Amino acid sequence: MAMTKKEKMNIFKGLAFISPWIIGFLTFTVYPVIMSFYYSFCDYSVFEKPLLIGFDNYIDLLFDKIFWISLGNTLYFAALSIPLGLIVAFIIALLLNAKVRCMAVYRTFFFMPTLVPIVASAVLWMWILNGQYGLLNNFLEWIGLKGPNWLQDKYWVIPALVVMGLWGLGRTIVILLAGLQEVPQSLYEASEIDGANYIQRIFNVTIPMVSPIIYFNVIMGIIGCLQVFSEPFIMTGGGPGRASTFYSFYLYQKAFEDYNMGYASAMAWILFIVILVLTLIANQISKRFVFYRGGD
Amino acid sequence: MRDFYKIVLCSILVAGFILSCGRKESEYTADGRLILDYWEKWTGFEAEAMEKVVEEFNRSQDRLFVKYVVTAGIDRKLLVATAGGDPPDIAGIWTWAINIYADKGAITRLDDYAKKAGITRNDYIHVFYDMCTHRGKLWALPTTPATIALHWNKRLFREAGLDPNKAPKTIQELDEYAEKMTLYKLPDGKIISYPELIKLPDYKSIISNAEIIQMGFLPFEPGWWNWAWNHYFWGTMWNGRDKMTINTPEQIKAYKWIASYSEKFGKDLVERFTSSFAGQFASSQNAFLCGRVAMEIQGVWMYNFIDKYAPGMDWGCAPFPTDAEVKGLENVTVVEGDVLVIPLGARHPEESFEFIKFVQNQKYMEMLCMGHRKFTPLASVSEDFYKNHPHPYLNVFRELAKSKYAFTVPAIGISNEILREYNVACDLVRKLELSPEKALNDLQVQLQNSLDREIQRLKRRGKWQ
Repeated sequence: MAMTKKEKMNIFKGLAFISPWIIGFLTFTVYPVIMSFYYSFCDYSVFEKPLLIGFDNYIDLLFDKIFWISLGNTLYFAALSIPLGLIVAFIIALLLNAKVRCMAVYRTFFFMPTLVPIVASAVLWMWILNGQYGLLNNFLEWIGLKGPNWLQDKYWVIPALVVMGLWGLGRTIVILLAGLQEVPQSLYEASEIDGANYIQRIFNVTIPMVSPIIYFNVIMGIIGCLQVFSEPFIMTGGGPGRASTFYSFYLYQKAFEDYNMGYASAMAWILFIVILVLTLIANQISKRFVFYRGGD
Repeated sequence: MRDFYKIVLCSILVAGFILSCGRKESEYTADGRLILDYWEKWTGFEAEAMEKVVEEFNRSQDRLFVKYVVTAGIDRKLLVATAGGDPPDIAGIWTWAINIYADKGAITRLDDYAKKAGITRNDYIHVFYDMCTHRGKLWALPTTPATIALHWNKRLFREAGLDPNKAPKTIQELDEYAEKMTLYKLPDGKIISYPELIKLPDYKSIISNAEIIQMGFLPFEPGWWNWAWNHYFWGTMWNGRDKMTINTPEQIKAYKWIASYSEKFGKDLVERFTSSFAGQFASSQNAFLCGRVAMEIQGVWMYNFIDKYAPGMDWGCAPFPTDAEVKGLENVTVVEGDVLVIPLGARHPEESFEFIKFVQNQKYMEMLCMGHRKFTPLASVSEDFYKNHPHPYLNVFRELAKSKYAFTVPAIGISNEILREYNVACDLVRKLELSPEKALNDLQVQLQNSLDREIQRLKRRGKWQ
């Protein structure tokens, strides 16, 4: 059915009113995405015109040892950080869901670290994790343990960054908490009548009911962890050696230190494919474990 | 109809926003002088010194007006502005960036301008002119120069029974001094020096529970010249053209020397010690300034930091020691500096060069370098400059610049990568995770690949001669 003149005018007006966003989206997102794909096949330093070189950047990447190290470091970080973060956030959310006095205050406490700017928290944690004068090592010494030189030890640097990441779990906790509050009380009551204890209720009622939220956090975790940049940039400079050189950090070095934007673009597209594949895998797995209310 | 006007108005606003992102027109002062934008990285007293020179220039001019713009992170901002086709007219960058910018086509060649202005190599201490050239062409002219030398804390020398006015001449002597000034705190609270410690029969078990509280020297503090240590052992990292020469006996010796500090003084203890002041340069926690490391390799700028953070410090300065086994090797230094360039695409290169030329004038160059408390890169120096200069060891640095063993960052387009990867290799060696041979062999392969790729890139663009 053909649109009336008024309907056409309405669409036109609608488009005109959202045009600042559309223009911004096309200019600052779509155009760079398309161009980065093109540049990934080019020798491009930003200063000179891009020169097509076929798949050279991708082939060079295959033989770049640091590329593989950075990918391995990033996947290791993600493998530690996502499950640990989820478990800790879930436990804290469960505790914050209890009905006790002053709960709003506790919830605020756990959310507050996410409000601290990343640079400030990174500098703070550099001192907490300092090998000689750090708070953490002083505490460990107090209980009779000798802490490692966290940020200077190749085995401890990534676990240290993971532990630091736990400090900023506020947002995940809030989302999980919202999910926990949505779990119908009737299900708990029914399971209690069936004789389920607290742990059984968590595994058989709570987790299935918040599984879509857990799934959402896994996906966001995958995307976030694979792009982690600020902490190594500020705290470790990718070291010791290459032990905390994460993918985005190496990409940054290639793009803005070596002015090799074509190579960096190729890296960005590989990262996109890695995230896409991991998300698809998570999506497949989710079909078995994620339960949607009102779904089949 | 009113809606239509609203839409038109919105569209005009959006279009205006987009158009305003474009290249701006030349600007003029109220009295009709052309405004030249000059981006510089300096802040504080360094900025003030250059601002005075800019004021002098503006006072001398009826055609041009230079606007000094403090620009933090200048290399990245210059990248974006140049790529966007709207770079500043003049930019102050570091010398090590010249090769990269020149090879990547980011800056303007200055040969013709310099020739016209009568500026020649002989106007400068040669190394400072040479480092502004790349592939035989001139790309920049210097502002403030720097060389590096040994700084030592005379109080700590005295406390260790050493002559505070006698600097070590060789690396071997330096190591001996370093041992004497390295102090351990034992679990019972007793403080003893390294030579005393190793006299104890079971010192290896004692050392694991001790704590280092002071070190004589550390090759990786501040760790800014990890690529340059080979020069102090008669090594060089490339053949000046297409071959990296990283895994040579001289470099392996240099890196064995670095590893020896971790081996000798206890790797974990050294790591713990260094982590306590890591990243604390411009601070009273700086290892050298707070007297925790007695000797350090540092640049001519260090005087400013001593003056600010450790004003009462009794210190000395001399050329950094060299390997005793290489006869005649002395006055080795790394030369660095700041330079002025005209980014490619700048609208008024000829006018911009007028300002650069003005800065090269002896009077104004001395005004600038005095403000920075550095020496001048020019060949001739006025008597007043030395007489009024506050730096007590200025001539040590200036003479080092004239040395035949004054080295610069390799003039290759991949110099950033070279410096970074040397730091990684040094880190692995000092932590005893890789042997010097293995680390340098790996580095050789890696950087040779990068150099080959760079040469291929230059050939593709017709820039390789």
